[in-house]
Amino acid sequence: MSTRLSCGGRLIDRRAPRDFSFNGKKMRGFLGDTLASALLANDQMLVGRSFKYHRPRGIVAAGPEEPNALVGLGVGSRFEPNQRVTTTELFQGLTATSQNHWPSLEYDVGVVNNYAARFLPGGFYYKTFIHPRFAWKHVFEPIIRRSAGLGKAPIDRDADRYEQAYDFADVLVIGGGVAGLQAALVAGRSGARVLVLEQTAHWGGRAPVDEAEIGGLTADEWIRNAVEALEGMQNVTLRLRTMGAGVYDHGYVLAEERIADHTPADGRPRKRLWRIRAAKVIAAQGAIERPLSFAGNDVPGVMLAGSVRDFVVNHAVAPGDRTVVVTNNDDAYRTAILLVEAGLSVPVVLDARAAADGELPRRARAMGIRVETGRGIASVKGGKRVTGVAVCAQAGQGAVLETIACDSVAMSGGWSPIVHLWSHCGGKLIWDEVNAHFRPDPDRPPTGQDGQGIVVTAGSASGALTTDAVLRDATNAAGGTDAPEAAVPQEAPVAAIWVMPQGAGPELRAKMWLDYQNDVKVSDVQLAAREGYTSVEHTKRYTTLGMATDQGKLSNINGLAVLSQALSIDIPQVGTTTFRPPYTPVTLGALAGEARDDIFQPLRRTPMHEWHEAHDVEWEPVGLWRRPYCYRRPGETSHQAVMREVSNTRTNVGLLDASTLGKIIVKGPDAGKFLDMLYTGMMSTLPVGKCRYGLMCNEQGFLSDDGVVARIDEETWLCHTTSGGADRIHAWMEDWLQCEWWDWQVFTANVTEQYAQVAVVGPNARKLLEKLGGMDVSKETLPFMQWQDGTLGGFRARVYRISFSGELSYEIAVPANEGRAFWDACVAVGAELGAMPYGTECLHVMRAEKGFIMIGDETDGTVIPQDLNLGWAISKKKADYLGKRGQERAFLASPDRWKLVGLETLDGSVLEDGAYAPAEGLNANGQRNTQGRVTSTYFSPTLGRGIAMGLVLRGPDRMGEVVEFTKLDGSLAKAKIVDQVFYDKEGAKQDV
Amino acid sequence: MRRYSVFAIAREAMRHHTGWERAWASPEPRASYDVVIVGAGGHGLATAYYLGKNFGITNVAVIEKGWLGGGNTGRNTTIIRSNYLQDPSAAIYDKALSLYENLSQDLNYNVMFSPRGLLMLAQTHHEVRGYLRTVHANNLQGVKTEWIGPEKVKELVPIINIHGPRYPILGALYQERGGTARHDAVAWGYARACSAMGMHIIQQCEVTGVRSEGGQVTGVDTTKGHIGCKKLGIVVAGHSGQVAAMAGFRLPVESMALQALVSEPIKPCMDVVVMANTVHGYMSQSDKGEMVIGGGTDGFNNYTQRGSFHHIEETLRALIETFPMISRLKMLRQWGGIVDMTGDRSPLISKTPLGNCFINCGWGTGGFKAIPGSGWAMAELVAKGEPGPLAAEFSIDRFKEGRFIDESVAAGVAH
Amino acid sequence: MLILECPHCGIRAEETELAPGGEAHLKRFGPGSSDQEFEDYMFARKNPKGVHFERWRHAYGCGKWFIAARCTATLEVFGTYPAQTAAPPQHIIDAVKTRRPGWEGYK
Repeated sequence: MSTRLSCGGRLIDRRAPRDFSFNGKKMRGFLGDTLASALLANDQMLVGRSFKYHRPRGIVAAGPEEPNALVGLGVGSRFEPNQRVTTTELFQGLTATSQNHWPSLEYDVGVVNNYAARFLPGGFYYKTFIHPRFAWKHVFEPIIRRSAGLGKAPIDRDADRYEQAYDFADVLVIGGGVAGLQAALVAGRSGARVLVLEQTAHWGGRAPVDEAEIGGLTADEWIRNAVEALEGMQNVTLRLRTMGAGVYDHGYVLAEERIADHTPADGRPRKRLWRIRAAKVIAAQGAIERPLSFAGNDVPGVMLAGSVRDFVVNHAVAPGDRTVVVTNNDDAYRTAILLVEAGLSVPVVLDARAAADGELPRRARAMGIRVETGRGIASVKGGKRVTGVAVCAQAGQGAVLETIACDSVAMSGGWSPIVHLWSHCGGKLIWDEVNAHFRPDPDRPPTGQDGQGIVVTAGSASGALTTDAVLRDATNAAGGTDAPEAAVPQEAPVAAIWVMPQGAGPELRAKMWLDYQNDVKVSDVQLAAREGYTSVEHTKRYTTLGMATDQGKLSNINGLAVLSQALSIDIPQVGTTTFRPPYTPVTLGALAGEARDDIFQPLRRTPMHEWHEAHDVEWEPVGLWRRPYCYRRPGETSHQAVMREVSNTRTNVGLLDASTLGKIIVKGPDAGKFLDMLYTGMMSTLPVGKCRYGLMCNEQGFLSDDGVVARIDEETWLCHTTSGGADRIHAWMEDWLQCEWWDWQVFTANVTEQYAQVAVVGPNARKLLEKLGGMDVSKETLPFMQWQDGTLGGFRARVYRISFSGELSYEIAVPANEGRAFWDACVAVGAELGAMPYGTECLHVMRAEKGFIMIGDETDGTVIPQDLNLGWAISKKKADYLGKRGQERAFLASPDRWKLVGLETLDGSVLEDGAYAPAEGLNANGQRNTQGRVTSTYFSPTLGRGIAMGLVLRGPDRMGEVVEFTKLDGSLAKAKIVDQVFYDKEGAKQDV
Repeated sequence: MRRYSVFAIAREAMRHHTGWERAWASPEPRASYDVVIVGAGGHGLATAYYLGKNFGITNVAVIEKGWLGGGNTGRNTTIIRSNYLQDPSAAIYDKALSLYENLSQDLNYNVMFSPRGLLMLAQTHHEVRGYLRTVHANNLQGVKTEWIGPEKVKELVPIINIHGPRYPILGALYQERGGTARHDAVAWGYARACSAMGMHIIQQCEVTGVRSEGGQVTGVDTTKGHIGCKKLGIVVAGHSGQVAAMAGFRLPVESMALQALVSEPIKPCMDVVVMANTVHGYMSQSDKGEMVIGGGTDGFNNYTQRGSFHHIEETLRALIETFPMISRLKMLRQWGGIVDMTGDRSPLISKTPLGNCFINCGWGTGGFKAIPGSGWAMAELVAKGEPGPLAAEFSIDRFKEGRFIDESVAAGVAH
Repeated sequence: MLILECPHCGIRAEETELAPGGEAHLKRFGPGSSDQEFEDYMFARKNPKGVHFERWRHAYGCGKWFIAARCTATLEVFGTYPAQTAAPPQHIIDAVKTRRPGWEGYK
């Protein structure tokens, strides 16, 4: 059984017990435990079920490489699936539940897959479930989906919050083991601004576990000194619990800091996402131990040898009483020695190599530990827990030589550098024959904006596997020369042994796990190779090797090795799959940051925003603005409100907050010439004091924006744009001025937010302005399509006589900070004139009644002004304007284009939004031919009937013709083609 | 080709799966072929497959510089739909969808086509009108789609938040036949079927030059030597510009990075595909349980298969706003693909200045869903030398005439 | 996440401050040009896998347009210069040639 040892445990505080529960069972650990060590201390080795076969699984590793031990953590709005117990710090009240089983962890019905495993080899689903056709969707897929997946889906909205922060460093050190600390010391002493990140809650990494001696000190002492020295440097920042997640282009680094993961609901953000720019990144993430592939290497109780040491030294937890060590290298002997020193039993060390004469094996033998060379494990005994191992010759086919009882197995297949951060942005790897691993190729680093390397690795991340080599490499990486000395035992090289025994037959290979979580076995990789999925990417995808939540940290190299053997090619020829960020999974909430709910996106408010909010507004998002859609009085539907607003505006007076309308000042000696290029019409000839409607097209010729232009003075024009278009059009102007006509003397300024703008619309509009007083707004002084500066009700105002409704209408711009007061004044004096505010929908109905086009409704990016009968707004005199050449192309100049018309249903009903007019027959693809479509359709309260505009094939030539339009219920509506202006065709009402 | 079935699996299980034959052969190239297709992605392989199946042309080589299916076919978010606004798009995507519906049976390879339904959320009035227009258009095109209200959206997607404070959900365009498929399997299934017809799929073979004489292609130079051909099809997505340049013509195409990511797998919680264009995000759940999430396209030319992080950030903000429960899930893996964007964001299936050379590219962010239809139309073009009705509108001439097929008009629809 | 130095204000701007504007040094063709010229102006793009000249606007900074010489395969930046020029300046050409000796030159 796994137990807590009576003494030791460098990271735990035995005076600080922590109660927690696992599957409802009360358990106790200590401050400093991980959930993994606490579970093991409570003899909870079985922690989950595998993905495909639902096999019982225990803790294999002690760090982020753990593939099996994933649990659901927390409850309700703090529930999180797939939490890795090996990286979860224990806290009081922690609640964990195991995953992927039914009805319970111990008795899982899904394990039936395990018994059927031989029928479910890698990629089996591609070969079956093909017939009958409907069965995949309705039978097989639902079963597979329920069986797959790991943790339960959260249900509630996340109760935690997340934040993001930026940091900058000359040197960013990722990894706080001795390599990272040494690199930071060197960099820090040079005066560079240094930032050091460590994913765990402790500095020092593995060195103390491996009992390294550095400069005559114990590893713990050296680490303490190093951290103290670094903390004493003003130019160095240290961050624990911060995982370097990814290196992106041009040296952008993401890191995730766990702030309150171990202190839930303490009011702090749960996690913080760091976005870091560093001149140089030193990746010192260490190395990961590889499992060995032998039958039953997934039985709970089989662990990585180094991880066994982690638990013993750091947490005083022994994974078993009797531990068989199996290895292809010297390092694993440290585990055997440590266990025996801790008073535990190691019945045998099985070393697959022919000889084991290094210093560590000699020391083990001297302690009386039985060492068997040339031996391997034929199979592991036990189901939910190891009960013993069958020993075989490594060279043979697995004939059992003896069976040894044990309750845990410590395995070591050698160590692989963690190359993720090196590789994310294109750093290349080379195969190291001596150490049997891929390591970064220093000559082919990932490069940044200057083409130079942006990442160097330090320590075991470079492939240095002994403490002295680690310190030397780290010192070099940071540009130093003097590395501290470390006393290390002489180690014999690892043997490139992947599968145990060498001649294992199919029965055994089908029980050797490569990817524990995804249940990929040696036999699956060999099958993939046999079937021609020989590219490493094919093998990965066909078998799902390395695609689990550990992203192949344990399985990738072993898988490559098995594939290379199956293909009889060298491992470097097989190559690796691509390393993608993040290094370990990052919480989506942290990636999104604080921008949630109300602050999901910036909200642009007009000066009158609060007034609308206080007056029953129904909002409509328009870009980042919100505009009043309508103002719903108690008891009204939105539609009723809109109808009331239209009628009131047409009979009395309406007030519209038009502040979102784009306002761009164009000024300079060449401003007129510039605007003549920008607009289809002639703007240079517009007299000062007058307004003119203008259209802007893109170079393709398609209509992109419209608005009224006012000539302010000899050199100044003010261009109104659509609400959504202000920023786009301003950028468009600057594009042409800076990149094409840079010698033209023109300045532009987007003053949209400098002014509040109120449209006063309706027969009583003039009266309202007269009540405000201060300006002569009579027809004579301020006729239609002119503007004037003045004072209205004490406000500095620019008054435009323009109309988008067909009514007598003024648009009044006042300084933004006076906008609310001006609006209030209009509301106050308008009360006895029947003034009511109106929203965008009323605006739309009124403009449709007048046959005015709306950008985005009548246009969609494929419509040219000529389609909309707006030829009158296109100057015939100009040699050029933006879009003119585009409009001359065959398809745009064709007489057979769909053109704008009015549409009147025969029965007065409202045509449906987006309806099409079918034409006779089918096209070559069997689709119904069409001859037009509705672009705007409303119920007009003014006319008491449905009105619409639409684009119809040669529409203006077909006045009076009745055309049918589609309805969603499949029937058709008949509509007569009419003039697009439904209301006040003569324009008498707006020009009074 | 030995057929796949549950019986075959049972038979093989008894002998430890030692009897499975290679899914596709790995031959050395012959000196020449009737047709050479450059690019063994989904579109290239599908082209070859339908050349054989529909036209009996099997003396075909599909050459690939990397591994088959290793480009965008293996990097996309696997969404399949045909609810396109413009007639030519709806025609080819719906052809593709119909072929997907029977593809597993046709190829004897389970591509896991899962018609689980697809929703495109409307979150502004403008978007509502755009999607209504699409429904009307689809009805006339014979593509069954419908407009559904927010309650129905909530019923189909219980994890959705329809009352977001900024962009409440006003309804959705719903295509019940839409869904997903297993992307790798599509490439593998076509490759296996092509190989079974005797076609050569030649991987690790990069084209280094295109030889022509008198306006006709005579063959291609490759890293495995010269390969002659009577007809050439270029189906290389993001690298189309490179190969076209070798053939001596330019394309209205730019290559940009598009990103995607997956979460850790969880038990089934969403049975449909959801796209939210106002806030820029789309999401589905794979059969494995991962939430598959698509991000935005960079606005600059890029061949690195990596993209800019801020797109991921924006996408996740949008999706957490739409699906608050995903906040505590974790991003497992992010990656990028190179998408080939044309001037109107619609594809090219076209003749070229060289008489016997044909191009299929420009699928942008929408390529996977088109694969069978694209291959079908391209095979017809290659076989007959003239486009059939599916391909006719996608010719390269449209840019000169200004005859665009612009799908963004409905409501800024992403693929 | 690219970093480009704005040649107008000297800021080393991160991509999120910048708006991309596509291939640089396009010659505008207006009325009177042939269909082919206009089509090329609108659509024909070099789209090279390698050295590329492209427009950027320092949109959330000084607002100015500039041009970057950048490798689309490695994202290496050879230099930036103001957009007010019809062809890349010599020092940029030199910078590219130094770091990409095999480069065919600006065409």
